[in-house]
Amino acid sequence: MAFEAPKEKFPGRIREVAIGATKELGGTRRARLVAGGSNGLQLHKFECDVPNRPLIVMDVVDTMRVVPEQLVQSIGPVVKDPVDWAKKIDREWGADLCVLKLQSANPEEENRSVEDCVALLVEVLKSTTVPLLVYGCGFEEKDAKVMEAVSNAGKGERLFLGLAEEKAYKSLAAASMANGHGIVAFSNLDINLAKQMNILLLDFGVKPENILMDPLMAALGMGLEYSYSVIERLRLAALLGDPVLQMPMICDCSCAWAAPESLEENPERGRPELRGIYWETMTAYAAIVAGADVVIMRHPQAVAKLKAALADLGGGS
Amino acid sequence: MPTAMEIYKLLPRKNCGECKFPTCLAFAMQLANQKVALEACPYVSPEAKIALEESGAPPIRLVTVGAGELAVKIGDETQLFRHDKTFYHPTVLGFIADDAHGLNAMKSKIDSAQAASFERVGQIIRVDSIALRHSTGKVEDFAEAVKAAVSQKLPIVLMTEDPKVMADAVALCGDRRPLMYRATPQNLDAMLGLAKACCFPLVLGGASGLDELSQMADKAKKAGVNDLVLEPGGSSAGTMLESMTAIRRAAIKKRFRPLGYPTISVVGNSETDMMRASLGVMKYSSVVLMEDVPREFLFGLMALRQNIFTDPQVPIQVKAGLYSVGEPNEKSPVLFTTNFSLTYFTVRADIEKSKLPVWLLVVDTDGQSVMTSFAAGKLTPESVAKAVETEKVKEKNVRNEIVIPGMVSRMSGKLNELTGMKIVVGPRESSGLPKMLKSISG
Repeated sequence: MAFEAPKEKFPGRIREVAIGATKELGGTRRARLVAGGSNGLQLHKFECDVPNRPLIVMDVVDTMRVVPEQLVQSIGPVVKDPVDWAKKIDREWGADLCVLKLQSANPEEENRSVEDCVALLVEVLKSTTVPLLVYGCGFEEKDAKVMEAVSNAGKGERLFLGLAEEKAYKSLAAASMANGHGIVAFSNLDINLAKQMNILLLDFGVKPENILMDPLMAALGMGLEYSYSVIERLRLAALLGDPVLQMPMICDCSCAWAAPESLEENPERGRPELRGIYWETMTAYAAIVAGADVVIMRHPQAVAKLKAALADLGGGS
Repeated sequence: MPTAMEIYKLLPRKNCGECKFPTCLAFAMQLANQKVALEACPYVSPEAKIALEESGAPPIRLVTVGAGELAVKIGDETQLFRHDKTFYHPTVLGFIADDAHGLNAMKSKIDSAQAASFERVGQIIRVDSIALRHSTGKVEDFAEAVKAAVSQKLPIVLMTEDPKVMADAVALCGDRRPLMYRATPQNLDAMLGLAKACCFPLVLGGASGLDELSQMADKAKKAGVNDLVLEPGGSSAGTMLESMTAIRRAAIKKRFRPLGYPTISVVGNSETDMMRASLGVMKYSSVVLMEDVPREFLFGLMALRQNIFTDPQVPIQVKAGLYSVGEPNEKSPVLFTTNFSLTYFTVRADIEKSKLPVWLLVVDTDGQSVMTSFAAGKLTPESVAKAVETEKVKEKNVRNEIVIPGMVSRMSGKLNELTGMKIVVGPRESSGLPKMLKSISG
C-alpha cells in the first residue's frame, strides 16, 4: 500500500496585521511588515499557506537598570544610549522591527518625564527607518500620559503600543486608536485571559487588524513549557475558527536574559555569554515552533542564529 | 484498543462459559476494558490472538536501548501535543564518535559523553548515549572504541552500513543491547538477518521517502524484527518537521502500523544542526545524535528537553527548605514562597536584583503557585508555621520578622499568632521585591 502523509486542514486563519507605515502610507518607516496570515500550524508549509515569515523584533531599553552587565560588554557600549542602540538595530543587526521600552518612565525608579520619553521617541524616529513598537513602563497612571503623548508624536507611523492589560487597557487603547496605531494585548499565561483581553479591546472599539497578542513567554528553564503549550493551544483555537483568538502572537524572548541560568558563572556549563545567546535563541525558536508570529529578542548573535534556523525551517527571508 | 464488538467478532462465539463469563460477548466487554486476559479463552484461534494483540498494542512501539541503570526507553508516545496529556519518553541525546578522527579522539568522546551530566531543578540530566561511527577510519579503531564503550555504562549506538562490520561490533557488545544504525534499502536483508539473530533494535533509514521507509518496516516485521527505529532523514529543518509530523500523525491518528516506531535524527555540529537538534526535541525525534556541540548549547538543549517533557499535570518542584540568596546573616530579611519551580525561580531572580542577602523559606505546596496553593488550602498559616519550625528559621535569624507574598496578606493575623513573628506584607508581584527589600533593609 502506498503511504500518504496525513494532512491537517483547518477552517480558521491567523489574521494579517501590519506594523509600520511607509511614506506612501503617511509615515517615515522603510517598510510595512505583515505578521500572521497562515491557515495552519506554524511553518507547516507542506499543508498550509505561510504568506508571511515570522518577524524578529529587537528591543531597546531606555535604562541600564534592567540590562545585565554582561550584555554591555558583548553588545557594546551602545546599550548605554537608546538612540545609538536603535540605530544599530536599524542598520546592522538584521532585525525586522524595533521595540522601544520606556522603562525609565517608572515613577518608582527614574521617573523620567513624559516630555523626555517623547523626546527620545522623536529622536529614534528621526534616526531610524525600522518599524517601531513602543512599550510603557507598566504603571497605569504614568503610561496613560506617556502613551498618549507617544501616540501623538508617532502619528502616521503605525506604531504598536503596549502592553494592554486586563486592568489597564482603556487609556492605551484610546491612545492607539487616536492616531491609527496598533496595540499589544498582554495576558498572563492563560488562554481564557488572552481571549478576555481581546474581547475587552474589541468591545472598546479597537479593530481586530490592529491587535497583536502577547500570551507571556516564559524563558527556557523558567517555565517555557507553560508558554509553549499556551501558544500551541491559542494557535489551535484560532485555526479551529475562534475569531477572537485569530490575532498574531508576539512573544518577548528577551526574558531569557533574566533567567538565572543563562548568565550564571558555572564553568561546567561553559561561558555565560555564549550560553545566554543560545538560551535566547532556543527560547525564541520554541516560541515560533509553538506558533508565535513575532518574537522580541535582545542579542544580535542570537538574532543571527535564529534567522539561520528559520531559513532552515523554511521560514527565512 | 478495539471495541467490544470488534473483539467479539474474533472470538469463537461458542458461549461455552469456560472463561468464567456467561457469553463470549460478556467476555469481549471485559477484554475491551482490559479487565481480563485473552488467555482465559481456551478456544481462541492463533489468528485471532495475533489480530487482538496487534490492535491492543500501543500506536508507537516502546523500544529499549542499552542495559542496566542507564538503559533508555523510547517511543510509546500517544500525543501530538503535550497539553493533550504529556510526552512520556524524553528525547535521547547522544554524542557521535567517528573513527575518521582516530581511536584516541573516539575514546575521549566516550568519556565526555559519560561525564556530561548536570543536576537541574533536582533532576539529573545527561547525555544518554554514545554513538560509534565507522566511516573512513580503521575498522580496528572502531572495534577498540566499541570495547571501550562496552566497558562504560552509557547505551551504545553502532553506526555502520556494512553488515560485516556491524556483526563484528555486535559480537563485542554482549548483552548491552546497542542500537544498530542502520539498515538501508541496499543492505536491508543482511541487517534484518543480523537483527533477527541478536534481537537488538535496528534503525531503518536511507529510504527515498516515507512510503519506502514504511515498506522497509513492513518487511522487517514480516522477518520477525520488531524493535525498530525510523530515520526519515531530510536535508533541512523544514523537511525534518514535515516527516516527523507525518510519522507521528500516521502512527497516532491513523494507527498506521508500519510507521508506529520511535524515530531518530542524526545532525552535525553547525549552527543550523544545533537548532535541528532543538527541533527534534520539540517535534517528535525519539533520539538525536550530535557531533561536537559546545557545552553552552548542550546545557540549554537539555533544559529544553526537560521543559518539553515535563508532565503538564505534574509541575516541576524545588525542594522545600530554607535557601540563602547571597550570604544572609542573622539580621537579613526572611521571605517565604512556594516550591513550584517557576514561582521559586521568579522570586529568587527578583530578590537577586536587589543585590541584598535574604533568607528564602520555600514551603512545600506540592509544586503549586502561591495563589493556587492558597486557594487549595495547601499554603496555610499552619503549613508556613511548620516550615518556620522545621527549618529552624528563628535559630538562624534574630529579626523575628517574615515577609509574606502580597497575595496572601489574609494569613497575616493567624501566622503572627502561630509563629510570634512580625508579619510584613510584601508586594503582590515579586517584581516589586527589590524596592521593598531596599526599604526594609535601609
